[in-house]
Amino acid sequence: MKDMRVLTGRNFMMGNVACAEGAIAAGCEFAAGYPITPATEIANHLAERLPQVGGAFFQMEDEISAIAAVIGASWAGRKSMTVTSGPGISLMSENLGFAIGVETPCVIVNVQRGAPSTGMPTIGIQGDMVQAKHGSHGDYEIIALCPSSPQEMFDLTVVGFNYAERYRTPVFILSDAFVGHMREEVTIPECEKIKTEYRKIPEAGTDPRTLKGFLSEDVAPMPIFGRGFKAHVTSSCHDEVGKRNLIDISALDNYIRKLSQKILKHQDEITLVEPDYEGAETVLVSYGSVARAAAAAASQARKEGTPVGTLRLITAWPFPGMEIEKMARRAKQVIVLENNLGQMYPYIKAEAAHFAEVSFLPPRWVGEIQDPQDILAKIREVSK
Amino acid sequence: MSELVHPLHRFIRPSYLHTTFCPGCGNGILVQSILRAIDGCGMEMDDFVFVSGIGCAAWIPSPFFNADVLHTTHGRPIAFAFGIKMGLPEKKVMVASGDGDLVAIGGNHLIHNARRNVEMVVICSNNGIYGMTGGQAAPTTPMGVKTTTTPYGTVENAFEDISGLVIAAGASFVARWTTAHPRQITNSIKKAIRKKGFSFIEVMTQCPIQFGRKTGLGSAVKMLEDYKKRSITVKEAEKLSPEELKGKIVVGELVDKEKPEMLQEVNRMKQRASGAMT
Repeated sequence: MKDMRVLTGRNFMMGNVACAEGAIAAGCEFAAGYPITPATEIANHLAERLPQVGGAFFQMEDEISAIAAVIGASWAGRKSMTVTSGPGISLMSENLGFAIGVETPCVIVNVQRGAPSTGMPTIGIQGDMVQAKHGSHGDYEIIALCPSSPQEMFDLTVVGFNYAERYRTPVFILSDAFVGHMREEVTIPECEKIKTEYRKIPEAGTDPRTLKGFLSEDVAPMPIFGRGFKAHVTSSCHDEVGKRNLIDISALDNYIRKLSQKILKHQDEITLVEPDYEGAETVLVSYGSVARAAAAAASQARKEGTPVGTLRLITAWPFPGMEIEKMARRAKQVIVLENNLGQMYPYIKAEAAHFAEVSFLPPRWVGEIQDPQDILAKIREVSK
Repeated sequence: MSELVHPLHRFIRPSYLHTTFCPGCGNGILVQSILRAIDGCGMEMDDFVFVSGIGCAAWIPSPFFNADVLHTTHGRPIAFAFGIKMGLPEKKVMVASGDGDLVAIGGNHLIHNARRNVEMVVICSNNGIYGMTGGQAAPTTPMGVKTTTTPYGTVENAFEDISGLVIAAGASFVARWTTAHPRQITNSIKKAIRKKGFSFIEVMTQCPIQFGRKTGLGSAVKMLEDYKKRSITVKEAEKLSPEELKGKIVVGELVDKEKPEMLQEVNRMKQRASGAMT
């Protein structure tokens, strides 16, 4: 029988469908969600495709239970995901913290839409960028990837699953309604060319009392359920063996630091950027759908003889500060482009402002992508 | 000299030998009833995954049961349990938590998983109050009781029939007991473990420290005597009018029926989906 997991070939595909295919190619077996525009096509496609390869999509009673079920399925040993948009992320935020606290691999796709609150569902904006980092309470690190095209909806969903499994952490795919609903060519490689990873698990028969399944900066093997590891899993402050500790403040310090350090220690491997600023005096920094307008404007400017480059952030979190600094050291002006009122801008400015002049250009109307003509005007303004 | 060991000792996680329950708490009776039921079914802890939420009763399995235990966020254990069961259908999944966790903040998950009739055992320790946070009114606290958040008395109608809610939602096994009925609880848990479907066991559990003080019902012994006095069986209850039933606790196995169970339906669906492709 033909392997139904990977639909190798060239396709004309919607971004949301490519995301679902990427998940299945990455080995996702369990998905749970709640209908929400503009992410529904992912859920619809997973509902059709997962049962064909032995998995299933479950429509839950709300987004709170969707992520709870995803975490439960991940502890049962299954690669798991949920798909939603801003309002759903808001509901998931408490259990997102739980997933971080107990180090659960899972993928959360946020197809961002007009916000705040119920906002404007069919319009793409980049309004949940900081929510992804700080939406749940407490100090933590998260991984978030920003696709710019239907092809990347496929590719980065695979990468997202691999990061989730490798670092035992939730990973965000931060798309938006534009990329989610965009239709373009998507090339799906042959099955054996798609690299997939699975979490480390302890050796069978390990004495549960000696098993250190948590809080390792090098990522502890995950004592998944059903294998006799007798794992005690609590998001309350705990130690390396999972034992709860609610009285010793040094245990709390260890709990907070190790969870964050686990991600930060591997930041170099996690960070993905697309630099194209060789010899440029002005660099446009952007991500996601907006990066398409930035690339168009930079190309036009170069044709006109102005040295303009781009830096596209694929990894938004952990924040690629080193990459920003490296770029800013070689630039005179940095223009940050986002489809919001400036969410990543303060982070970028903090790293770049010591070396270059940094400014921000939102779209004329928040909810549309910057017109390349407006970007060119801004370039002329800052390079005067 | 051979050491005397409690027959249920093998079920307790090594090095966790004290409980966090207050003196007189009824949750210890539930710990015993659950472990006796597992023993009585001839099963071991590795046959189970336990899930709990937040509140005193969540500490029934966590950390004391020497098994896979997921101690989740407030109100959500049944939703987590759903994912675990779908990922490990061959394991028994048991949720133990309180009325505040399962019926107040988590009520929606209780309703919808009873409706789905997913195979799992949910044990609800109903003490009628928020114990862990210091005696706040719960949806199950009787009207008029003075608590720390209702210093002039509660002004809300109390949830009097949680089991009735779960029956209406579609669970295939529902029983209600009090901590004055430990053997009956054990027997119902055994049936629940074997049941192919959503099983719910509500246990009225004494909280002498918070509920006993707030209501003036007093010590654990007095509360257990009150449970005995007020409990009547399902059969006896059938003969009484709603007026006569006021203040009574109807105990027994309220529902035990066969109906489609979700995991079996999921498997059928997967067969249809993969068959459609060949």
